[in-house]
Amino acid sequence: MEPKVSIKLPAKDAARVERFAEITGVNVFACYQCGNCSASCPATEFMDVPPHQVMRYLQLEMFDEIVKANTCWICAACITCTAKCPRGIDIAKAMEGLRQIFLEEQEFARYNIFDIKKKVLEKLPQIALVGNFRKNIL
Amino acid sequence: MEVSYYPGCTLKTNGKNFEVTTLKLLEKLDVDVKELEEWYCCGVTFSQSEENLIQKVAPIRTLVKAKEAGRKKLLVLCAMCYNTLKRAVKFIKDNPDKRDVIHDFMDRESTKYFGDEVEIIDLLSLLKLIGREKIREVVGDKRLNLKVAGYYGCMLLRPRDIAIDSETNPTLLEEMLENFGLSPVYFPFRVECCGSYQILNNSDFVRKQTRLIVSSAIENGADFIVTLCPLCFYNLDEVQKEIAEEDSAFKTIPVMYISQLLSIAAGISPEINDFNLHSIDPRPVLREKGLL
Repeated sequence: MEPKVSIKLPAKDAARVERFAEITGVNVFACYQCGNCSASCPATEFMDVPPHQVMRYLQLEMFDEIVKANTCWICAACITCTAKCPRGIDIAKAMEGLRQIFLEEQEFARYNIFDIKKKVLEKLPQIALVGNFRKNIL
Repeated sequence: MEVSYYPGCTLKTNGKNFEVTTLKLLEKLDVDVKELEEWYCCGVTFSQSEENLIQKVAPIRTLVKAKEAGRKKLLVLCAMCYNTLKRAVKFIKDNPDKRDVIHDFMDRESTKYFGDEVEIIDLLSLLKLIGREKIREVVGDKRLNLKVAGYYGCMLLRPRDIAIDSETNPTLLEEMLENFGLSPVYFPFRVECCGSYQILNNSDFVRKQTRLIVSSAIENGADFIVTLCPLCFYNLDEVQKEIAEEDSAFKTIPVMYISQLLSIAAGISPEINDFNLHSIDPRPVLREKGLL
């Protein structure tokens, strides 16, 4: 019998799946979508796609959807999601892996130092600058 | 007790008050603190990617210098530096093959660092090690009538394997405030992220966090917020001022490094602080409490 409903998934993204596993070692299939990561993340409201949905996209190997989202660039690496995950998944590490893959693929630098206003630099601690470059420049 | 000391870049500039007051405080507690003769920027954020080894070289280089300095403990005050150094060390300890790659890359160093030789220690753990009795000896029984909201931030508590205390419900900071005769205020946002380096990309996120953290501390009756991280300090202090300039209904609270208040409690003159480095001036509250 022909199925009445069909779900069409995009082609599997083998290269990125492999690269992701290689640099993070995170088992995305441990995730059961409880949403604790998204609930505890302080930045969820600024993300187009919340962290637990990124985990779902990772399970479905839908990297094109993740590239479109700003999630991994909004993440401040505070590691709250990892601390709260009942399945012990290092979600913060997954975000780092995604940042690295996307930097490798397209833009080696997402950040231009000349965008920073001079006035901000007067009081800004150096650790903010260096930390930001480390996350946004390969 | 003797420790080596790694300041990191910010404690030599905008975070000067943290360094100056801590060194004075530790001197009073009879700790022999010696700054490493040579040290490097730690890299601020630890790369969580398994193969991004180049970002782990700088912290290991610093640990080589600490090993050569010969002392068993390395005091790291800045929370970001603590996190990066501690995780880099754990990484090379757990991954001997990657450690070899890093060693091969560092051709200027004659010493090799394997992961166990020097213990990296933060200020709170050091104070705990010094012990309540010694602190009591210096501070005495007097209490300062200051309600202090201790803000941990993220980098001393997460991830779990390098945490100085419980990830979600720590008490070490409050315990130390208590030991120094200050009254700790527990508030729900004490372990929340301040937004960190996103101040440069997404300042709305940091503003939202600062508003939540600051309001929560004030609602719980705090006179001061104390922190152990220069970036948390900036985000809570400078951003708080920016919010206050736009929103007249917004109440402010002075932010200080924990050592600034602990040193006052230990009888060290507040004059050693450079209060120009604060955006919200703590002096009015200090005067009101009779401490300045």
